[in-house]
Amino acid sequence: MTGTLILLEAGPALSLQDMGRQGYLAYGLTRGGAADRLALHEGAALLSQSPTLAAIEMVGLGGRFEVTHDTVIALTGAEMTATLDGASLRWNASHALPAGARLRIGGARQGTYGYLHVAGGFDTPEIMGARSSHLTAGIGALLQKGERLPLGAATLDRAGYLLAPEDRLSGGEIRVMPSIQTSQFTADTRDRFARTEFHRDARGNRQGIRMASEAAGFSARGGLSILSEVITEGDIQITGDGAPYVLMCECQTTGGYPRIGTVIPCDLPRVAQAAVGTALRFRFVTLAEARVLEQRARAEIKALPGRVQPLVRDPKDISDLLSYQLVSGAVSATADPYAP
Amino acid sequence: MSGDPEIKPVGLSGLLVTFAGEMSGPANRAALAFRTAVEAENWPEVHETSMSLVSVYLAIDLVEVDLNALTTRLEHLLATQDWYAAALPEGRSLWHVPTVYGTDLAPQLEEAATVAGLDPEDAIRQLSTSRVRVLTIGFAPGQPYMGELGAAWNIPRQQGLTKSVPAGALVTAIRQLIVFTAPTPTGWRHVGQTAFRTFRQDAPHPFALTPGDELIFPQISRAEYDRIVASDPSGRGGADRELLS
Repeated sequence: MTGTLILLEAGPALSLQDMGRQGYLAYGLTRGGAADRLALHEGAALLSQSPTLAAIEMVGLGGRFEVTHDTVIALTGAEMTATLDGASLRWNASHALPAGARLRIGGARQGTYGYLHVAGGFDTPEIMGARSSHLTAGIGALLQKGERLPLGAATLDRAGYLLAPEDRLSGGEIRVMPSIQTSQFTADTRDRFARTEFHRDARGNRQGIRMASEAAGFSARGGLSILSEVITEGDIQITGDGAPYVLMCECQTTGGYPRIGTVIPCDLPRVAQAAVGTALRFRFVTLAEARVLEQRARAEIKALPGRVQPLVRDPKDISDLLSYQLVSGAVSATADPYAP
Repeated sequence: MSGDPEIKPVGLSGLLVTFAGEMSGPANRAALAFRTAVEAENWPEVHETSMSLVSVYLAIDLVEVDLNALTTRLEHLLATQDWYAAALPEGRSLWHVPTVYGTDLAPQLEEAATVAGLDPEDAIRQLSTSRVRVLTIGFAPGQPYMGELGAAWNIPRQQGLTKSVPAGALVTAIRQLIVFTAPTPTGWRHVGQTAFRTFRQDAPHPFALTPGDELIFPQISRAEYDRIVASDPSGRGGADRELLS
């Protein structure tokens, strides 16, 4: 028995996510999985385990959690307030979570999608080869208060580690490459698109995110009546009102709206994480440039485990500081005081 | 039939082979045959394939794989035959899916018949005896776009959307039929209702249909439909399947 995580309270959009399901495009099912897959790699590096293990994805707001057996957790993605029995927890770090202790994860300070990882992952039954909920397709569902999730088998030696990811929570420049319908937009329209400052609209979810701007709408030659064609994650679709939508992990497999380009894969987490109102700009790169950028990003993912550092605790974060033997040298600067 | 197939990269995620600029029977058959041929090649670079109405998508990691080498290989495969005249692949299924036409279960049968210039009896006779092929699957998991119906059925989508038609609804527009996977708002007219579920996530084969499968929607009574719904919770909806050789 490795224990169970209990959701004492659940924010409005918590779901179990992993790397998604591949191989079903011909049947109309897109990959799904975590909206920010880089966060899964970060959680895996912190806990020294496989990035394919499932984690809880939290949109904007977390919840209150408890485990029946001691475990270790990691927190990645959007930075949310987090406390363990009232003491604040560092984000982008791993922490011991003792049985019965209260883990509270609040609202996002920056970003949209936060992730709660546990050592060993969640051992829920697989559906079609994965544990992730694909909400659009009706696979799985949002997690509810009172739900109990079984934990996978794990070693518990990874508490007290830290990663310092490069910022991807505050929007900025998004690299876009041409795709199959880019040439249906005039060079002028593409230039204007690249010069426009967009803000992440409130209309956005795991299917797609609308980009609002002051600019006039963008339109393709031949208008909206194009043949329905394959969609891939990252495609920027121009719908009837001329506003771009960046299509995300739960998008449809095909669609008839013209697409002006596609966000390169390594910049998609930056799009996903932009909170409502965050400014974004799109810059076109060539296929050759996109390849180089993507190769670099993959190398960085490979290097993540080597960038994990022991977490040095700030004394102000330790709620029961006075109970420690600070003088005798019994407290190491690098050891986790919660570790067994 | 017309045109040369075109090969284009799809971002960094794959290649698209397009057989026509608009829907046509020969181009759809070409896509079906070509996708089958690509699957048979079993190239390790191709992670999966799918088809839309007149094109085939190959999921390939263009970060690692050389675009030009793959394009050349596809050109060679394309040159091996006239894909627009290719035979339909083997191993497809023919489904008979019992369907209630009209009634309160499918309230737009009469309206669709009027737009098609048919009286309701003729419309039901044509719809319930037409043998259609799955042209592509998409929009929702397992959801088939089927065609082509006779020329009378080249009717446009309605102007407004119907707020929601239920799962299993048989709807029509532009000489095509769809069986909806899930409750959906739509501009297609709701002419029949089936108890057939195209996506059953807990089944060993979650997707009932594959592109190229053929279907007939024979008419049943409301009472027969109720009996199927009550007696078969599997989602098969009383459908029979035979293998086409």
